[in-house]
Amino acid sequence: MAALEFRDPIRAKALAAALARATGDVGREVSLMHVCGSHEQAIAKFGLRSAFPRDLNVIMGPGCPVCITDQPEIDEAVALARQGARIATYGDMVRVPGTAGSLADAQARGARIDTVYSVAQAVDLARETPDDVVFFATGFETTAVATAAVILAGVPKNFSVLSAHKYIPPVMEIVAEMPGTRVEGFLAAGHAATITGWGIFEPFVARHHLPVVVAGFEPLDILAALVKLVELVRDRAPAVVNMFPRCVTREGNRNAQRRLWQVFRPIGGRWRGIAHIPNGNLRLRDEWAAVDARRRFTIDLASLWQHAPSTLARQCICGNIMAGIASPDDCPLFGGACVPDAPVGACMVSSEGTCRIWHQYGGVPDLTAVARPFQGRDDRGAEGPALRDNASRGPVCPI
Amino acid sequence: MCLGVPGLVVEVDDLTAVVDFWGVRRRVRLDLVDEPVAAGDYVLNHVGFAIRRIPPEDVQTTLELYEQLLKEASGDLMATDVRSEIENLKSEF
Repeated sequence: MAALEFRDPIRAKALAAALARATGDVGREVSLMHVCGSHEQAIAKFGLRSAFPRDLNVIMGPGCPVCITDQPEIDEAVALARQGARIATYGDMVRVPGTAGSLADAQARGARIDTVYSVAQAVDLARETPDDVVFFATGFETTAVATAAVILAGVPKNFSVLSAHKYIPPVMEIVAEMPGTRVEGFLAAGHAATITGWGIFEPFVARHHLPVVVAGFEPLDILAALVKLVELVRDRAPAVVNMFPRCVTREGNRNAQRRLWQVFRPIGGRWRGIAHIPNGNLRLRDEWAAVDARRRFTIDLASLWQHAPSTLARQCICGNIMAGIASPDDCPLFGGACVPDAPVGACMVSSEGTCRIWHQYGGVPDLTAVARPFQGRDDRGAEGPALRDNASRGPVCPI
Repeated sequence: MCLGVPGLVVEVDDLTAVVDFWGVRRRVRLDLVDEPVAAGDYVLNHVGFAIRRIPPEDVQTTLELYEQLLKEASGDLMATDVRSEIENLKSEF
């Protein structure tokens, strides 16, 4: 049973010991960053941080596509909806607050918003209606390839795309240089790399001399990848290592990549709360101007921007959390004024957002309440400690 | 959003395929898949597109991983993401 191996407590214990050894060898604090909501889900759910040595700091970076969509981009979608376009978008985007409310708020005031599972459904919708359908396109390159595919296949005249797609490699360059974080290595998301291939990280490694390890999303995949990453830091051996060969090749999915770059070009743009990221946004190429909502419509943002952001929104520290310089616990709103049912910031909306995940599972487990696992305690029986599953405790309210 | 869902290709019709995801059948587009697929293959689906043909030797491990996930309690975010992917697939076909 291959799947059970991933939850094998003996292997978990061995990996935790190896992680402690490698971190001890480094002899100082080491900060690593992952850029994937699924990684954070597994780390938080299984309480992996309690297995990390004291000197190892694993930060969730900008790995939630919903979270990094910038407020002006939400505002563009809200403005187009108010101007009468029908907005189709992926589920979570509807609830993310913009300057003057979310798309859900606009819908409550009469705008037409359609939640779709696939961009292909948005195209079908445009075929069924005479109205202008604008697909508010969010997500990283993994999702942008689908937007590219429908455009290349041909779309009806009343269909256009408001692209808020983001491209992960450039943001790693920026975060790697941020003085506040001092990230020494990156864990890359296995499924995203299925499309891009692990070779995409080689230029980054060459420029920044920081290692990148591609990891699966099971807890032991993550532990094993962290061990490798700390060893690369210890050995001062910046390289890309693929620990998810089951899914990821060096080249990735070339067919999908070709389509992506036929339709999109990278341009600089803001990621919510983080910074201006050169080449971090994906815009439609000039030859696709006819399907580019930004060129088809005059988007009236001025009327939205008369609204000052609410007092609560000004206290939100989503940006610092995604840049890795703050944790949800540092936010005065977390779990109190900002909860999944009434999110103030984007990080509490998506199931991949750091705040949402920490709210569900707790982020750094309370070690005074439970015995510290993975520390070689022999009184737990010969099998060793199992990974502690925080989910069994139910949602954790930190306040 | 970044988690694909594996499914069994039931039939292929030019640029789309009917794919079975734990009993839910849905038409999936093949524009983006990395190599040709045929009935009997497994593919990884992301937002209605097959993004990878799963090599036969990896099918068992991949399915077991997801089955394990699907058994998780309702409070599990990753399991909820995968379940909602499958639930979303139902709406289309």
